[in-house]
Amino acid sequence: MIELRQVSKRFLDHVVLDKVDFRVDDGETVALLGPSGVGKSVLLKHIIGLIRPDSGTVTVDEQNVALLGRKEIAALRSTIGYVFQNGALFDSMDVRENIRLGVTNDEQFNDVAYCEARVTECLRLVNLQPEVAKKFPGELSGGMRKRVGIARAIAGKPKYLLYDEPTSGLDPVNSDVIDQLIERLQNELGVTSVVVTHDVRGSFRVADRIALLWQAKIRAVGTPEEIVQSQDPAVQQFLERDLEMTIIQNESTDGS
Amino acid sequence: MAELTLDLRRVVGRWSLRTVGHAGRFAYFVADLARGLADWRVWMPRTIEQAILVGYGSLFIVLLIAGFAGAVTSLQTAYQFSGNFPKYLAGGVITESVILELGPVLTGLILAGRIGARFAAELGTMRVTEQIDALESLGRSPVTHLLLPRCLAGIIVIPALVMFANATGFGVGWLAAKTTLGISNGDFIYGARFFFQSFDLWYSAIKAVCFAGAVTVIPCYIGFNTQQGAEGVGRATTDAVVAASVTILMLDVVLSELLLPGVGQ
Repeated sequence: MIELRQVSKRFLDHVVLDKVDFRVDDGETVALLGPSGVGKSVLLKHIIGLIRPDSGTVTVDEQNVALLGRKEIAALRSTIGYVFQNGALFDSMDVRENIRLGVTNDEQFNDVAYCEARVTECLRLVNLQPEVAKKFPGELSGGMRKRVGIARAIAGKPKYLLYDEPTSGLDPVNSDVIDQLIERLQNELGVTSVVVTHDVRGSFRVADRIALLWQAKIRAVGTPEEIVQSQDPAVQQFLERDLEMTIIQNESTDGS
Repeated sequence: MAELTLDLRRVVGRWSLRTVGHAGRFAYFVADLARGLADWRVWMPRTIEQAILVGYGSLFIVLLIAGFAGAVTSLQTAYQFSGNFPKYLAGGVITESVILELGPVLTGLILAGRIGARFAAELGTMRVTEQIDALESLGRSPVTHLLLPRCLAGIIVIPALVMFANATGFGVGWLAAKTTLGISNGDFIYGARFFFQSFDLWYSAIKAVCFAGAVTVIPCYIGFNTQQGAEGVGRATTDAVVAASVTILMLDVVLSELLLPGVGQ
């Protein structure tokens, strides 16, 4: 289980997270919605310990992430697959080596036959041909990069998968492919997932629960049905896919 | 006037805070490097790769620069010793100039531009494209995978490059002295041996190791902490070269003061 309790984070004068509570139970997929720049990725990076909270606690499998030592955090991270927004593939390595680095068990990592089989298997899971393994990231399209990023994230058979804007920058067809992929991985691997996105349609498709992050706080949490029925103007505005969130901005201007 | 004073205080305050912040982060960075040495199975193979890249890739330019340095030293010695000085002195001056100063310092400065810029740009790009975050997210340490191999490769290879530079500078200086001063081989070797002490080579090697630290650790630190996209990478690369070059020249003064017998007494 992943749990954030009263987590606050600020960068200089900018408060990004303000006493945020957020929970993901084992086996479920939670989509974290919110406008660009609201702090969704920052929240995701707290879960894996890439960013430490100013206050509050982040626990994964009942371990306080901020208090873990070097080896403990490495061990925890090996149970979490993180899909970066732009793939974050190592551009000096080919796809095979990129995915192989995702094999987090040292014994398996040094077993060439295992790694070869695992690379092929992960490419199959993300609907890519084995020949792609020889290519370098610079030779891949945006959609393929995202899929290779997912393949690397699942190579270590993680318990948790964190997706950071998996469909941003993709055309609708490729976005659908990625959404299908997330659903499929969820069904085939049974992982617990957090999907950070501003794609409302995609989030309704893949998520068991949806949370809306707005103005440094979780504004609403619920099943897709509960979110649809929410009377909160911010939620309604977001569902209408108006990413400008004009109502919210007017609301905050009136309030100030 | 009051506003100006206030602004000046702000500027000095911000600068001081930034400097102290960098000093603290740099100390942690070096401590992290030291701690990472225990994981030799991870950094060893990558260090060999980097050493080949750094050493083989830099050899030509280092030898070229050392050759020019030897030739210029010889020409200037010929100009300054054109009176009634014994010619064998030129052998000593050229040899000592190359080994004590020009070999290590010029190699260090060239490598600050070549290797320092490369390390800062590579790590900076990896930082802004989240590749370093990705490495950490996979439970792998950027210290043992990226930083230690680069720093250790430099610290191993740069002293060797300096020795090659010394040999080349000496050889080219000798040839140039023969043509410009008309010095015989015997006189040149006599002068070189008259002034040479084995400590000179140790001194050159110690300087090379210290310069190697500046050329690798500082650019790695700056590249690793890059922020703000492509502009940040450009700034990090420039900062890395400037900081490494200035550090080399500062170390040159400090090491001369500390290590050369008779200096500063």
